Amino acid sequence: MELLALGDDALIAAQRLAEWVSRAPTLEEDVALANIALDQLGAARMLLATVGDEDELAYRRDDHQFRNCLLAELPLGPSRGDLDFGWTMSWLLMLSAAQLLRYTDLAAVADEHAAGIGAKAVKESTYHLDHATMWMHRLGGGTEQSHRRVQEAVDALWPYGHELTEGVRDRWLAIVEPVLAEAGLTRPADRWRPDGGRVGRHTEHLSYLLAEMQSLHRAHPGAQW
Amino acid sequence: MTTVRTDLADIAGAVPDPELRVVTIGELGIVRGAETAEDGRVVVTITPTYSGCPAMDAIRDDIRSALAGAGFADVEVRTVLSPAWSTDMITESGWAALERTGIAAPGASGTPTCPRCAHQGQPTPVLQISRYASTPCQSLWSCRSCLEPFNAIKKL
Repeated sequence: MELLALGDDALIAAQRLAEWVSRAPTLEEDVALANIALDQLGAARMLLATVGDEDELAYRRDDHQFRNCLLAELPLGPSRGDLDFGWTMSWLLMLSAAQLLRYTDLAAVADEHAAGIGAKAVKESTYHLDHATMWMHRLGGGTEQSHRRVQEAVDALWPYGHELTEGVRDRWLAIVEPVLAEAGLTRPADRWRPDGGRVGRHTEHLSYLLAEMQSLHRAHPGAQW
Repeated sequence: MTTVRTDLADIAGAVPDPELRVVTIGELGIVRGAETAEDGRVVVTITPTYSGCPAMDAIRDDIRSALAGAGFADVEVRTVLSPAWSTDMITESGWAALERTGIAAPGASGTPTCPRCAHQGQPTPVLQISRYASTPCQSLWSCRSCLEPFNAIKKL
């Protein structure tokens, strides 16, 4: 997969996860989500800086120029502004399993710099996947309510897993299906397969996300801390 | 007459980590090397512990000012990613400094030993409170014996 798409997945995921800062169910989880967002941002910066000017790419592109998959840009709850923790862990499970595979493949390419980014990110994705897996176990096997809500999230997000895992789907299913089974959750049937993110056809959610992320640089081009 | 120190990597490596002030970036394995380029510039090579580590910018600045203080005005700090940083790159004196501050090593099995109770010889039971802590490279634990919380470096 091209580095721009991989970098955009990480950048948009970082911005999404940052919405949790100061709102997580516990202080420890607040720190965890912020740290995962930071790892995503770190990977995004390294990948985008390989492709071009990281600030130009992050702050000056319009939505149709982004190449992230649709899953990365979806709200982390049933609707925009309605953050849901089980939803977020389901999203993180799907995303981090795919990123782990993409980064593993990247670590094996001939280009030494790109391979270095992959090798670094593999370690971090492994930790993210572990984190999501533990929470899926707790939520899936927790109360009736936690089980119902996390199953609803998996059902709603599952269709977006097709675009996410193009080319690595079998390996991805080998990671994700056992987690769902261990958590006592039902693996949803494969039905519709929304896509288009990789060619710049996004959901409206990306536009709102970018408006927030880019507003300062749009108003003050070249602004620095 | 000014004496110019030439042990560049030692000067860069002696910079304290901006978040964990008790250890140097040399002890943490962040400094990969330092050399003088043909044009006289000093090139220091560093590697991040975590790719999004927010301390990297401060580390770059601190290296530049440490070398400026030793008489090297023109310093370039380069970042390399390969081989990726791991906890194995922390030196023995680095671990000792961390433990003295109450930050535990990850332990061979991934379970750290309580730094306060370590002197008792027998490891006390510990419980992980959070897989993430105050910096990306640490996790948060609690000792079931002395009941105190402590940070541990995450195995990477």
